Amino acid sequence: MNKTVKLEIYRFNPETDEKPYMQSFEVPIEKPGMKLLDALNYIKWNLDGSLTYRRSCGEGVCGSDGMNINGVNGLGCITPIEGLKQPIKVRPLPNMPVTRDLVVDMKHFFDQYKQIKPWLQSNTPRPEHERLQSPAERAELDGSYECVLCGCCTTSCPSWWWNGDRFLGPAALLQANRWLKDSRDDAAGERLDMLEDSFKLYRCHQIMNCMEACPKDLNPTKAINDIKRALVKRKV
Amino acid sequence: MAYLSTDKVEHHHHDVVIIGAGGAGMRCALQLAEAGYRVAVVSKVLPTRSHTVAAQGGMNAALGNLDSDHWHWHMYDTVKGSDYLGDQDAIEYMCRAAPQLVKELEHQGVPFSRNDDGKIYQRAFGGQSREFGEGGQAKRTCAAADRTGHAILHTMYQQNIKAGTHFYEEFFALNLIMEDGGCHGVMAWDIGKGEYHLFQAKAVILATGGAGRIFKTTTNAHICTGDGGALCLDAGLPIEDMEFFQFHPTGIAHVGPLISEAVRGEGGYLLNSEGERFMERYAPTAKDLASRDVVSRAIALEIRAGKGCGTNKDYALLKLDHLGEETILKKLPNIHELALRFAGVDCTKEPIPVQPTAHYTMGGIPTNRHTEVVINHEGSDGEEKVPGLFAIGEAACTSVHGANRLGGNSLLEIVVFGRACGLKVMKWLSEHRYHKTIDPDAWHAGVNRVERWLAKDNKGGEKVGDVRANMQDIMQSHFSVYRTEDVMQEGVTAIESLKEAIHQASIDDKHRIFNTELVEALELENLMSLARATAACAANRKESRGAHARDDYPERDDKQWMKHSLATVQGDTVEVSYKPVRSTPMTVESFPPKKRVY
Ligand SMILES: Cc1cc2nc3c(=O)[nH]c(=O)nc-3n(C[C@H](O)[C@H](O)[C@H](O)COP(=O)(O)OP(=O)(O)OC[C@H]3O[C@@H](n4cnc5c(N)ncnc54)[C@H](O)[C@@H]3O)c2cc1C
Ligand code: SF4
Ligand code: SF4
Ligand code: FES
Repeated sequence: MNKTVKLEIYRFNPETDEKPYMQSFEVPIEKPGMKLLDALNYIKWNLDGSLTYRRSCGEGVCGSDGMNINGVNGLGCITPIEGLKQPIKVRPLPNMPVTRDLVVDMKHFFDQYKQIKPWLQSNTPRPEHERLQSPAERAELDGSYECVLCGCCTTSCPSWWWNGDRFLGPAALLQANRWLKDSRDDAAGERLDMLEDSFKLYRCHQIMNCMEACPKDLNPTKAINDIKRALVKRKV
Repeated sequence: MAYLSTDKVEHHHHDVVIIGAGGAGMRCALQLAEAGYRVAVVSKVLPTRSHTVAAQGGMNAALGNLDSDHWHWHMYDTVKGSDYLGDQDAIEYMCRAAPQLVKELEHQGVPFSRNDDGKIYQRAFGGQSREFGEGGQAKRTCAAADRTGHAILHTMYQQNIKAGTHFYEEFFALNLIMEDGGCHGVMAWDIGKGEYHLFQAKAVILATGGAGRIFKTTTNAHICTGDGGALCLDAGLPIEDMEFFQFHPTGIAHVGPLISEAVRGEGGYLLNSEGERFMERYAPTAKDLASRDVVSRAIALEIRAGKGCGTNKDYALLKLDHLGEETILKKLPNIHELALRFAGVDCTKEPIPVQPTAHYTMGGIPTNRHTEVVINHEGSDGEEKVPGLFAIGEAACTSVHGANRLGGNSLLEIVVFGRACGLKVMKWLSEHRYHKTIDPDAWHAGVNRVERWLAKDNKGGEKVGDVRANMQDIMQSHFSVYRTEDVMQEGVTAIESLKEAIHQASIDDKHRIFNTELVEALELENLMSLARATAACAANRKESRGAHARDDYPERDDKQWMKHSLATVQGDTVEVSYKPVRSTPMTVESFPPKKRVY
């Protein structure tokens, strides 16, 4: 097989570059089903050792390699090369401070996650055995607990680009809803108080970019709607 | 307090420093942070990127939520699964603690799947029985769908945020600060900023995970490079039982991602090219749910007999479509996704191509059941502790898995011994209240380790990626599921000569900020140490036991070989010595070795 694929990759080294630039690479297609991360690894291991990106699991569960691929956010390790328009344009997640090449500073993203108090809050003493939860109650968590905190959704959200300092963004809000939905959690009232804010929550204008960006097929837009509905419900 | 002989290294003082933010490191951190200690967790990746996140099937505990169960039966299965190389005191401790710790995880918020009565869902896994092997298959594996590791890791992260644990994220541990035979801290490299830090602590805990990347095809993440074990070898300490590397029977053929044993637990089974359900021949009772070493060997034998599938006849098929789409999507959604993405197979309709794939490091840093790192002196049977040094999780060899780990026992191990370590360290801290004054030059070795790679005159050597690929090829082709003397000796020679290549190797990237090529070079050094230890221990052990299966010595030999291997690097060579198995449990009777049938 001597087919190749062309890529254009965003490069920025803070130690030497004043401005970012795009660099072209050509990579052989070594196996069917090859993923974008395989191509980046090929470049790093054979062509240019300084290409910088994060990766760990290689199978879409750790959330390390969120990046912008031909204008759409996704995880490099589960994005097949096949079917991507060439040259494949690979950029860091949008609107994030770039540390180097495809690596962005995730601090603010994780700070927003921490703001929603992502842990179980219960008023009852810890029982001797497990807390009971019916399969139906547990099913309420499906579609949110699977989040890998990759940031693909939040960094695709125009509202977050404009107001990211105060709007929590889809990833954090999806998790806020996860805890609101958990039948074992008793802090719904306080959680809603915290969210009832013209910026934290209400900057979402249903643009749905987040849902399209999520590589795990989760739906933050729906979660945000659920929260809004819960807030309305508690008013009446 | 800055008394180091340089201002280029930031000197920190914590009560405890934990290297690793996987399930083990974070469970331990939680114990200590909640008790008010100043804990630093140093991790080379953001905590939620740790490889615990990839664990699928679940975690064992004799809750008996579906069928009757008892921790003692769990203990029996674990001892038998270990092929009698497991240390029975540690195994008893783990199996006893399991139910309490699973419930605690539930209280902390882990979204376990549920039975109709609202209790935690438990599924069947390999090597599990009731009534000491006499009562049929047990259902002991507590699951959050097939994303149990993700659920546990995220919950541990959440609890640590709440407890205020101090994380040093994307910091790479370089070497241990050893003085007077004890451990007093660790040198680390801040990957993001390209700066040095010396973390001084009264207790240092290694929780660095597995070393699957010594092999070419593995279920392990790129970051699973066995760094903790390598740090110990560099410090002159031994590592234990490295020849026992688990090959999981069902990695996706040729690529690696894992297809959980949960598939077989839910009723899936293996087929050869003739469409035969061959496990019935190898394990008439447990069939596809025999222990992993047994199933992996069976697949290897089928392939050898020409009954492999595909053009190269080199894999088996895992059939599960008969479970029905609804069950698959509800209980095995992640498997469905992985098979689609990495094998191009819709498993609700077609079988998945699978192959034995390097998966779990049974060996590691030797500890007693209190997680204290121990060494054995030549000629003495007693273990001596290394003051201030602890190890937990996959990095450690406690040894609860012996020669073969049971599925579901590792997530259990990380929480049980994460907690046990926290408890032990608190006791240690009450007796060791002050930081030692260390040598002001203690930072040198760590800095040199990095600067060597960044030096301008280090250029034009072999690429790190090439050396690594070479090493992985050697390990894969010489130390796989079946091993023989000639092939292993050839492997030892090849690895020993390849280690020289690291001295000649170089990296292109000489910058400091987020230099991932540098990180890969450091990881390669670590991998190479462990590969050497693995090769040496494997070539030395002249019997078949658990994951170490030899054509030329097909039987287990308890007379000669019921003992743990210890490898140390002395000068230029790897030395292998042995220590006895701890066969005496804490309170119950020992399970004496007998023939393993499933
Ligand atoms: C695909 C897969 C599925 C599995 N499924 C199951 C299952 O269903 N049930 C089960 O019981 N077990 C399962 N296992 C095994 C189990 O998941 C692991 O053994 C366990 O999670 C290891 O946890 P740990 O905390 O020891 O290490 P890890 O989670 O690997 O964490 C290691 C940590 O150490 C840090 N680290 C490493 N080196 C350095 C360094 N030099 N400097 C700084 N930090 C460092 C890393 O950043 C990371 O935070 C599975 C394993 C795999 C690979
Ligand atoms: S739906 Fe809301 S959160 Fe999602 S991208 Fe649009 S504005 Fe952002
Ligand atoms: S919701 Fe999806 S895109 Fe957003 S952080 Fe989670 S996994 Fe990533
Ligand atoms: S490398 Fe883990 S999600 Fe891509």
